[in-house]
Amino acid sequence: MHNQDQALIFESSTPGRIGYSLPEMDVQELDLASLLPEGYLREEEAELPEVSELDIMRHYTALSKRNHGLDSGFYPLGSCTMKYNPKINENVARYNGFAHVHPLQDESSVQGALGLLYDLQEHLIEITGMDEVTLQSAAGAHGEWTGLMLIRAYHEANGDMKRTKVIVPDSAHGTNPASATIAGFDTITVKSTDQGLVDLEDLRRVVGEDTAALMLTNPNTLGLFEEEILEIAEIVHQAGGKVYYDGANLNAVLSKARPGDMGFDVVHLNLHKTFTGPHGGGGPGSGPVGVKADLIPFLPKPIISKRGEEFVLDYDRPQSIGRVKPFYGNFGINVRAYTYIRSMGPDGLKAVTEYAVLNANYMMRRLAEHYDLPFEKHCKHEFVLSGKRQKKLGVRTLDIAKRLLDFGYHPPTIYFPLNVEECIMIEPTETESKETLDSFVDIMIQIAKEAEENPEVVQEAPHTTVVGRLDETMAARKPILKFQKK
Amino acid sequence: MKHRYLPMTEEDKRAMLETIGVSSIDELFSDIPEKVRFKGEYNIKAAKSETALMKELFLLADRNADLKRNVSFLGAGVYDHYMPVIVDHVISRSEFYTAYTPYQPEISQGELQAIFEFQTMICELTGMDVANSSMYDGGTALAEAAMLSAGHTKRKTILVSSAVHPEYRDVLKTYAKGQYLEVVEVPVKNGITDVEALKGLVNDDVAAVIVQYPNFFGRIEPLKEVEEITHASKGLFVVNSNPLSLGLLTPPGKFGADIVTGDAQPFGIPTAFGGPHCGYFAVTNKLMRKVPGRLVGQTVDDQGRRGFVLTLQAREQHIRREKATSNICSNQALNALAASVAMTALGKKGVREMAAANLQKAHYAKTAFKEAGFEIVYDGHSFNEFVVKLNKPVKEVNQKLLQNGIIGGYDLGRDYSELANHMLIAVTEQRTKEEIDIFVRELGDLHA
Repeated sequence: MHNQDQALIFESSTPGRIGYSLPEMDVQELDLASLLPEGYLREEEAELPEVSELDIMRHYTALSKRNHGLDSGFYPLGSCTMKYNPKINENVARYNGFAHVHPLQDESSVQGALGLLYDLQEHLIEITGMDEVTLQSAAGAHGEWTGLMLIRAYHEANGDMKRTKVIVPDSAHGTNPASATIAGFDTITVKSTDQGLVDLEDLRRVVGEDTAALMLTNPNTLGLFEEEILEIAEIVHQAGGKVYYDGANLNAVLSKARPGDMGFDVVHLNLHKTFTGPHGGGGPGSGPVGVKADLIPFLPKPIISKRGEEFVLDYDRPQSIGRVKPFYGNFGINVRAYTYIRSMGPDGLKAVTEYAVLNANYMMRRLAEHYDLPFEKHCKHEFVLSGKRQKKLGVRTLDIAKRLLDFGYHPPTIYFPLNVEECIMIEPTETESKETLDSFVDIMIQIAKEAEENPEVVQEAPHTTVVGRLDETMAARKPILKFQKK
Repeated sequence: MKHRYLPMTEEDKRAMLETIGVSSIDELFSDIPEKVRFKGEYNIKAAKSETALMKELFLLADRNADLKRNVSFLGAGVYDHYMPVIVDHVISRSEFYTAYTPYQPEISQGELQAIFEFQTMICELTGMDVANSSMYDGGTALAEAAMLSAGHTKRKTILVSSAVHPEYRDVLKTYAKGQYLEVVEVPVKNGITDVEALKGLVNDDVAAVIVQYPNFFGRIEPLKEVEEITHASKGLFVVNSNPLSLGLLTPPGKFGADIVTGDAQPFGIPTAFGGPHCGYFAVTNKLMRKVPGRLVGQTVDDQGRRGFVLTLQAREQHIRREKATSNICSNQALNALAASVAMTALGKKGVREMAAANLQKAHYAKTAFKEAGFEIVYDGHSFNEFVVKLNKPVKEVNQKLLQNGIIGGYDLGRDYSELANHMLIAVTEQRTKEEIDIFVRELGDLHA
């Protein structure tokens, strides 16, 4: 162990210490072996830590100090919408009537929870311009898979069994093709033009009788609005396919353009992005799916409906694709998203997008002189730069990202989308102040200068973090995936 | 528009528009064609102040019968357990809950180390070599296990015990459709998987045999026999397991399981109307490179300091695209952290003590029901759940129980036609002797 290493909780363990207080054992205790089949009483105890309550708090507090969250500082991670996570959401989600209800209680005893979900569905229907929404999916990727399964069920119900292909743009996130595979489709790619938009000629070439769907993000992963969206939808619809909206970038178009009005048939949202469910260090999220009327019969079971004044879970859905998740989705995240929407209201949500787009364009203009700007037009809520110029000086985009760590920033998304060389993708969000944007831009400009005058300081970054660049090759070649006692 | 989450002033806006070189924010949206432009504002509820909204939602939450005010005997995969108070204090540290996936390891060592510790604890409990950083929930984890098995064995049939959670089986069937797999259910005999029937069902197209341990009825499955039958046919042996029970039960790894999945909800995660919970996924070394989702590995930096990174990413969607082992990206990281804190608080002694308390209290309750004249169906060795036969519909009984502050057990007739009027009762360490006695008495009165 290096003397600066943070101890693992297992290394802090001392036999005899405890950190729990279990309820009293007030029934007669019988011999455990007599209560289990022979050979099923565990012999070796699981090697969990033995620590006191204060030890635990110190350990996790120390870990938290080695972690950068949104509350720690600016987090302009493109395509992830790292906006402020309102604290009221956290309080509401912890109300006993939300946090401590069981999913299998009688419907009459959970009317508050069902009512909230129903009203959230209604709000999301209006926001997306779709005809129905399900809140079952646990995250964006899960929503994609659910949406694609719906499309598959739709084609199959029409006796249209040959629609085996899903089209994705070359700028698409890797999750799109992965979801297509899990839903049983093959993926084909449609090219982007040099303007960064879907190449309509290429789209016409790839669509056909085997097209199940086109998956699209709009604005796309470059932060550019697909201006020919109606024509794109028309081409796919003409060929008999459906058009799928990946809602990762919805923060760019709230109150400006709705997927349902752009010709999309299915949409998934990331409530943990646009609607402030916190990211939690990688989850949990929530990925509701909205559909147009002709896909409603296929939605996963159960659907939350209203009968008179009562909210019910409707399982009587003969054409449903079935269940996609136990119970009713990530309810706790849905509560947070609902609280956020109700905190913002219609005028608030409109302002969200306006400021998100204003902030992105402002940063883009300020940075355009110092980094290469591949697409010379207004961006939406995010934009991409290319580190080509710095690469010629021997400074890679990865180095720039690592140098930003020295100044307390989480770096932008890098090397994505794949169709921009040395890509740097910046998404400021609407909750950041002009001062924050300016400070970050100033540092980016400083780093561009360093790349010219003192490249080593960038190449060797970070200099101030608790660990330096880690050996990822070794981690993958000789995997150590758990603690082992020496 | 002034809002506490939106810091831009009119002065800021003017200066920024000038830098951009446009005269209004509207101009920035000129690329949205007129035909698809949304005009005006959404027709949704108006914004409420912090105070007014909190009051409204508090009252809405209050319309639900919660487990704090009522006494619950409802389980069926989601349980009312001891939640060490410190769990919520740890996960409320915003360095954890407001962070994204740890893509920049130098400033994410806290999260990465916490996940590494989670992986270790899951391996310890399940007796497996490798565990991932979490899945959405137990149901989708099980479906992923079936897909991994099919990919690994190049076989297309999944045998799943009817004593696996009904909703998990439903999720499995939906995923199986996507992958063109056939799911065949193995019948149950006296509440456990019918081993003789299983022998008749295995063949050289069986990718996996899936059982639950303890099973949906609370019974202890004969893992030894199921393992022998499964591996004789060269399928993978998949066990879905309540991780708390493994504090006391011989872990599936000891019985030769290839994949162990489940939900860590019993460890510090609130029931939350069914989610978010925390799926886990553990395998043997030979399947390490086929695991879905994120894995954290240990390594060093250039000065030899220990550090942690996301590793073996060649399995994952952002690298492999359509050839990825799964499409999962976001998982349940914060809940995995909650489970880690709870497992740490319980520790080596507490996890066994808590599991034992479940067994003892459930056994006490089962005996009390027998003494009160109830028939225990599928009687035999069980963990913290058992089945009681009633003489009227469970739904009706539960509505009456709730009037007295009791949330009754699960209505098995919903999933098993032969078990109409049968209640699956869960008794955790949270229940007191007095609560159990009252429950038996109340149910007896309703039963009369």
